[in-house]
Amino acid sequence: MTETAIRGFEIRDYLREELMPHFMCPGCGHGIALRALLWAIHELDIDKDRLAVVSGIGCSGRVGAYIDANTLHVTHGRPLAYATGLKLARPDLEVIVITGDGDCLAIGGNHLIHACRRNLDITCIMLNNEVYGMTGGQVSPTTTLDRYTTTTPLGNHEPSFDSCKLAAAAGAGLVGREITLQVPALKNLIKEGIRHAGFAFLEVISDCTEIYGRKNHLGESPEMILSQKSSTRSDVYRNTVDQPFRPHAFETGVLSRNDRPEYADAYREHVEKTMAASADQNPA
Amino acid sequence: MRPRHSVQGNHACALAAVAAGCRFYAGYPITPSSEVAEKMSSELPKVGGMFIQMEDEIASMGAVLGASMGGVKTLTATSGPGFSLKQENLGYASMAEIPCVVVNVMRGGPSTGMPTRPSQGDVMQARWGSHGDHPIIVLTPASVDEIFTQTVRAYNLSELLRVPVVLLYDEVIGHLVESIDVRGPEDLEVFDRKWTRTSPEQFLPFAATDDGVPEMARPGDGYRTHTTGLTHGENGFPTQHPSEVDRVMRRLLGKLERNRSLVESFETLACDDADILIVAFGIASRAARRAVKLARQRSIKVGLFRPITLWPFPEQAFVEIAASANQVLVPEMNAGQLCLEIERLCPPGTGVSRMNRIDGESITPMEILQRVEALETND
Repeated sequence: MTETAIRGFEIRDYLREELMPHFMCPGCGHGIALRALLWAIHELDIDKDRLAVVSGIGCSGRVGAYIDANTLHVTHGRPLAYATGLKLARPDLEVIVITGDGDCLAIGGNHLIHACRRNLDITCIMLNNEVYGMTGGQVSPTTTLDRYTTTTPLGNHEPSFDSCKLAAAAGAGLVGREITLQVPALKNLIKEGIRHAGFAFLEVISDCTEIYGRKNHLGESPEMILSQKSSTRSDVYRNTVDQPFRPHAFETGVLSRNDRPEYADAYREHVEKTMAASADQNPA
Repeated sequence: MRPRHSVQGNHACALAAVAAGCRFYAGYPITPSSEVAEKMSSELPKVGGMFIQMEDEIASMGAVLGASMGGVKTLTATSGPGFSLKQENLGYASMAEIPCVVVNVMRGGPSTGMPTRPSQGDVMQARWGSHGDHPIIVLTPASVDEIFTQTVRAYNLSELLRVPVVLLYDEVIGHLVESIDVRGPEDLEVFDRKWTRTSPEQFLPFAATDDGVPEMARPGDGYRTHTTGLTHGENGFPTQHPSEVDRVMRRLLGKLERNRSLVESFETLACDDADILIVAFGIASRAARRAVKLARQRSIKVGLFRPITLWPFPEQAFVEIAASANQVLVPEMNAGQLCLEIERLCPPGTGVSRMNRIDGESITPMEILQRVEALETND
């Protein structure tokens, strides 16, 4: 075990402290997710120089910049496309995507399903707060039915995506979901995702207290985070709060796993074969 | 002398890209550019490169920028509808100063238009397709051999100046088969981007150097930089401070002006004593070349100015050459785009005539000759 790994987790070792104070609202779950990610990176002993974090646009997209690593803050919905190019060009890098429910499932939905299908070794962490927070609280593809947003003044009438089922159906190597209340569990899930040699899709149930929570009278941050329990472990925590974050149960943990070949490995194997064959045909 | 090969324009582009060191291609099928992708899919594996057909044009542009940030030279090719979709990430490349080469083989537009017919309708889109003020270089080869040389040059300009370079040619040039000398890397002058040698502690990823172009740091080398499409300061992090924004944006937009001699390129034919000056690029310039020869045989003093770098337009050279002409004729396969720049640059009193075909056919030498003769008679 290396010296860093023996040392306890100190979040400051992984943050760009010069950027503090951060821009996230009080009570926002994204900071908890960030801590869990950095803790996972610490426990996996990943070299910061070899870590590349690609993020898109929205509140989730701004989280990446706080990480003391190679960070790319790209266009809206496209972090998986950029990450695909980066990982193919530089397989030596650990590539992690931080995205949001709007970034990943709406404008970036096409990139998500194809990233799942290809199974390139990228870890995609989708921070799901059910709302477009950065732009002022508009409805997203994961907004719960009947909830109010600035573009659903009469309540949301659109059904929401189950992103984990979507990712699993599209062929993602590993799919999981966790809540921000359970930080060690979230950290462990992220570790599983990073370790998995293939595309890992992880949904983090985050909370937007300031905009979404306020508009729907979901309480303040502690209430919203506690209610994640009721939303996700309804059998155990049915009565934790009166109003669950989501009125329906969600499974958490590793939800699906398939160990099919990783995309770049398969491609490189193919390339080596082609090159060997061409060398046989044209001996120097 | 080395044997010459019959090569299609789009294939010449792919061969030149690989010779210039391109090792990553991401694209999406679209007529009439697909042969670039097809050739790259067979050539890249031979040199240890990577080819990927992405889910759409937006993703392919994103993937090439991700790969380029990883330190690899990249290529993507498309046509009008795909070029429209690439504009979002092309703007990111301009803003984040990521080297990349984008091929647009022009077909009839707007919208789906005429996929298999030639056009020169993307002159203005190539310059202004992405939102906001942004630097971009557009090169317009007019032969298969020139596709080869300009593709290599596109890489050099993009790497040296950290500006996206668009190779803009019409369907005719793309599908033309001509005999060319296919050169290897050993026969080419190839430049790579400026990798920094400043220590990570002192390195500012967007600080100007002598030529206005910041040095780059490769991920994995200990620099851990931040790249964003948000307006950013020299340290790479977002800023909205007016004086800082003004400084960094002027540096970004001034890169091409500062390096004009490197960027600009053009060709002239019989311009010295020309009363009538033709300005044309791509396949239209080849018709114009023939028209100039025929007109000269009839003692008409006509010359040709052919921009090879379309944007930034070789302004100064054109103004000097146009000064002695009475008439300027701009034949182009669109409803009138390049002529807007020519009208802007010509002194008052010079007659600028437009000549446009928008029917999916190339402009012929005889059409141009007839217009030249008419201009001479009216003079």
